[in-house]
Amino acid sequence: MVTVVDYQAGNLASVVKALQKLGAEVCVTRDCRDVEAAERIVLPGVGHFQATSRLDVSGLKQAMLAAMTRGVPLLGICVGMQWLYEGSTEAADVTGAGWFPGEVTRFPSGGEKVPHVGWNQLESLRDGALLKGIAEGEFAYFTHAWRAPVNAVTVATTRYMGGFAAASQRDNVCGVQFHPEKSGATGLKILRNFLEMERC
Amino acid sequence: MLTRRVIACLDVRDGRVVKGVQFVDLIDAGDPAQLAWRHAESGADEIVLLDITATHEGRATLLETVRRAAAQLFVPLTVGGGIRTLQDAEAVFAAGADKVSLNSAALANPELMTEIGSQFGAQAVVVAIDARRDPHAADPVRNARVYTHGGRRDAGRTVVEWACEAESRGAGEILLTSMDADGTRSGFDCELTAAVSTAVGIPVIASGGAGSVSDFAEVFTAGRADAALAASIFHFGVSSARELKAQLATQKIAVRYPC
Repeated sequence: MVTVVDYQAGNLASVVKALQKLGAEVCVTRDCRDVEAAERIVLPGVGHFQATSRLDVSGLKQAMLAAMTRGVPLLGICVGMQWLYEGSTEAADVTGAGWFPGEVTRFPSGGEKVPHVGWNQLESLRDGALLKGIAEGEFAYFTHAWRAPVNAVTVATTRYMGGFAAASQRDNVCGVQFHPEKSGATGLKILRNFLEMERC
Repeated sequence: MLTRRVIACLDVRDGRVVKGVQFVDLIDAGDPAQLAWRHAESGADEIVLLDITATHEGRATLLETVRRAAAQLFVPLTVGGGIRTLQDAEAVFAAGADKVSLNSAALANPELMTEIGSQFGAQAVVVAIDARRDPHAADPVRNARVYTHGGRRDAGRTVVEWACEAESRGAGEILLTSMDADGTRSGFDCELTAAVSTAVGIPVIASGGAGSVSDFAEVFTAGRADAALAASIFHFGVSSARELKAQLATQKIAVRYPC
């Protein structure tokens, strides 16, 4: 059973569909009790970092932090990944989970187009359960204007006006800036890896 | 490196494809769900489904089509045609679309872009612009005008100015169709595409006029397009988006290849 956290941030349909395609049983919830009992958690999200403030008021943030500490595998996607960092300049008054170090910032203006939309490559891959079987340079689909810095938790980087964290992992907590549910066979492979990740 | 996208577009009426990308290795079953899947499998980076159904009953058919297409699709899916309200957009997203394409509804009610964008994110809002050069203007490209109703009605706006407004109101991408080039197979309107693409800071998808592989190469270089829509590519001597991208890759255009 995979618990998909619904905090009314954009569109969950694609993520749920991809997980189901891989044979997972999916529970979509806004209830922190479901998160407390979860075996595996996906935190999706497209849109604005401000939306993650809903996690604070509903008790979902505490429930997820407790689950992460217990070793429950968790995958944050896009804004869901960004929330795992300390915060974002997109909504300075909202604090993230702080599971990953660093702050999410906007791409600089005056260079390439922002948002960064389209298929870009995963590079500098680090060994680990999440990216098992993924080759250097494989493509994933991105759509975002803010991004996380490359640091100790980064397991894959992507280049767009400098490098940023395309995927991060600390313990059983993973984040991907791209949309695995929209990244064809590569994305499905990464989701499958997450579904097979063992609780530690 | 961020790659240039090749997008397959399917025109759908009453649940059947009426004009699509006719890659030779596809069996045209007329079923949008099956064709969308086949295009994705054949290397298309994205799928656009444009509903040209005029009737109210057709709307329910569209949602069912989107649902069936999305069920097996793991690349981005944009749905356009007849989305006039936030509720219309919500229904299309719930059916599995990742982005909506707004055309005349955005012109009639620009606030709609902001409404949908604030609920689903700017990345989910594509503004489609049907453009014609203004042959009477001193600069026909900079003064190109926006049209509606299949190119029959002048919307009273210039293309560059409308694209900039769409961006400022929260659109995430512009889908620019040259009504002059559409159907001619003599190449995209690269000058117009470049004019829009350099005026806005968001991605621009070029559409209309593709007739050869080199047309794609040109719109991705001189035309500054971030993506290009493929229709009736069958005539170009390539059998799939994959083969199109293989040829673009040999011309040093950054594309998702192998795919």
